[in-house]
Amino acid sequence: MQSLKQQWFGNVRGDILSGIVVALALIPEAIAFSIIAGVDPMVGLYASFCIAVIIAFVGGRPGMISGATGAMALLMVPLVKNHGVEYLLAATILTGVIQILFGVFKVAKVMKFIPNAVMIGFVNALAILIFMAQVPHFIGISTMTYVFVGITLVIVYTLPRFVKVIPAPLVAIVILTAVAIFSGFELRTIGDLGNITKSLPSFLIPNVPFNLETFQIIFPYSLALAIVGLLESLLTAQIVDDMTGTESNKNKEARGQGIANFITGFFGGMAGCAMIGQSVINVKSGGRGRLSALVAGVFLIFLIIVLGDLVVQIPMSVLVGIMIMVSIGTFDWSSFKYLAKAPRTDAIVMLATVVIVVWTHDLSKGVIAGVLLSAIFFVVKISTVKVSKPGSHYIVKGQLFFASTDGFVNYFKSADIKEREIIIDFSNSRIWDDSGVAALVKVKDMLRERDIKTEVIGLDPLSQKIVQQLDGISSSH
Amino acid sequence: MYKHILLAADGSTNAVRAAKEAVKIAGLSNESIIDVVYVADFEKAKSDVLHATSAEALMIERRKKIQNIEQELINSNVSYKVTILHGTPGPEIIKYANEKQVDLVVIGSRGLNGLQEMVIGSVSHKVMKRVHCPALIVK
Repeated sequence: MQSLKQQWFGNVRGDILSGIVVALALIPEAIAFSIIAGVDPMVGLYASFCIAVIIAFVGGRPGMISGATGAMALLMVPLVKNHGVEYLLAATILTGVIQILFGVFKVAKVMKFIPNAVMIGFVNALAILIFMAQVPHFIGISTMTYVFVGITLVIVYTLPRFVKVIPAPLVAIVILTAVAIFSGFELRTIGDLGNITKSLPSFLIPNVPFNLETFQIIFPYSLALAIVGLLESLLTAQIVDDMTGTESNKNKEARGQGIANFITGFFGGMAGCAMIGQSVINVKSGGRGRLSALVAGVFLIFLIIVLGDLVVQIPMSVLVGIMIMVSIGTFDWSSFKYLAKAPRTDAIVMLATVVIVVWTHDLSKGVIAGVLLSAIFFVVKISTVKVSKPGSHYIVKGQLFFASTDGFVNYFKSADIKEREIIIDFSNSRIWDDSGVAALVKVKDMLRERDIKTEVIGLDPLSQKIVQQLDGISSSH
Repeated sequence: MYKHILLAADGSTNAVRAAKEAVKIAGLSNESIIDVVYVADFEKAKSDVLHATSAEALMIERRKKIQNIEQELINSNVSYKVTILHGTPGPEIIKYANEKQVDLVVIGSRGLNGLQEMVIGSVSHKVMKRVHCPALIVK
């Protein structure tokens, strides 16, 4: 891994330029995710500012961008609706504490046990939910709303073919906001949904009673936020690792995400995590070091302080268009090929994850269900033992252990064996424990009673040793 | 004489044809080495990572894409190495070729994506225009 100096100042020019590009792309998302969560745009903007800046110092993956995200915003909806923004800030602080503990106890390792199918389901469900959250803002409002959403989509998808330096969403915002202001069309704006405060965030302690009841309200949300935040952050870290051909410190990243959320909660920001889309934009724009995240955060808050009055005049329909682009970009379009080609059980796990998330509007539930389902499938698969029979040669396929012995024993119990001498071939199998050995011994005894001689071949040395020991015990009585 | 020959590989049949031509040139001298360059496209990074079980598995997946070319080079007994780069295929090949000051770039005329070629022009054309060395475009 690179030295700290290298991580900060190894790519100054590229990091500053990409940081500016990312800041421009961050603003509409931070506002849109605030609207999804049901809070003022400032809660998301302050979150993106604080998290990006703090992660620049304490993160484990230089070049990765973190801020307010859709995955986290979607989890907060019921909390904000039922208890208000102060509880959200308290939950953000608790999320930070949980994530710091995850980092300390090296939970990043557990990520390895989350199957691909679940992660693919996760991003697809996230994309669907982000899209669904836009629907109330453009369906059946006015014809002009449809027109603005449409023009935004045309701009964001065609412009990048010709102009690569300026982010297309920014162009769409500037042009269409100007059109909206000067034409006087009746359009809902960001200002109609909340306020923009043109100041830096300040330290405040969430205004909630500090008692067990508050804790019981926020804890389930904080735990879900901590899990989802970590999941998306570690996935993003893997993507940045791959794009840059470098490695990163996943436990440090988990701890860093925790520190960032912990502090952000005290500065009026909502819980966030790493952002896949923004991190990809950052690396593509030449960002590699910690400086890029710092510049992104600082430039974002600078723009809000300077241009806050203009930001409130951005039509919601333009923001909706940009978020539709974000959801299309989040969706894993190779999933359709995956559904056709992947093992059936994997495809089912992926679909189940998506359905449960879309049903419950809770990403953490989908992930947990997906992991459990694939664990069950795994156990079923691993505990299936098959025996095939070319002649007097019985070939065992599969793992022989406590959960799979029944299938093996039952096969020989019911098998109609004509030969006086058979071979049981274990070259495609392995005996894992005493139960496996006992099953083999049982089968041998059973066949001996039926006057059939057995020869066991293909055992690996370890299994052979256990079999010899136990076989001795059983035949001596 | 061409010592360091860059062969752009993307898993297409054109790239295999390009490999055959590269072999003909490399076979002329014992000092020639073919540098098989595969660019892992930024656009596909997210889906690549999502669908791979681990970073190691992903590396194997990518090596498999150039397996047919490697086989071609092994069969014809020329010395070669494999370089995997990350970025946007065209510009990344150009940057690498110019930085390493390779002596010759060999590239298939058409990659995998026909639609993209129609809209933004072909990668091989861009590469030919912007590398500082001779380029051989194989039909």
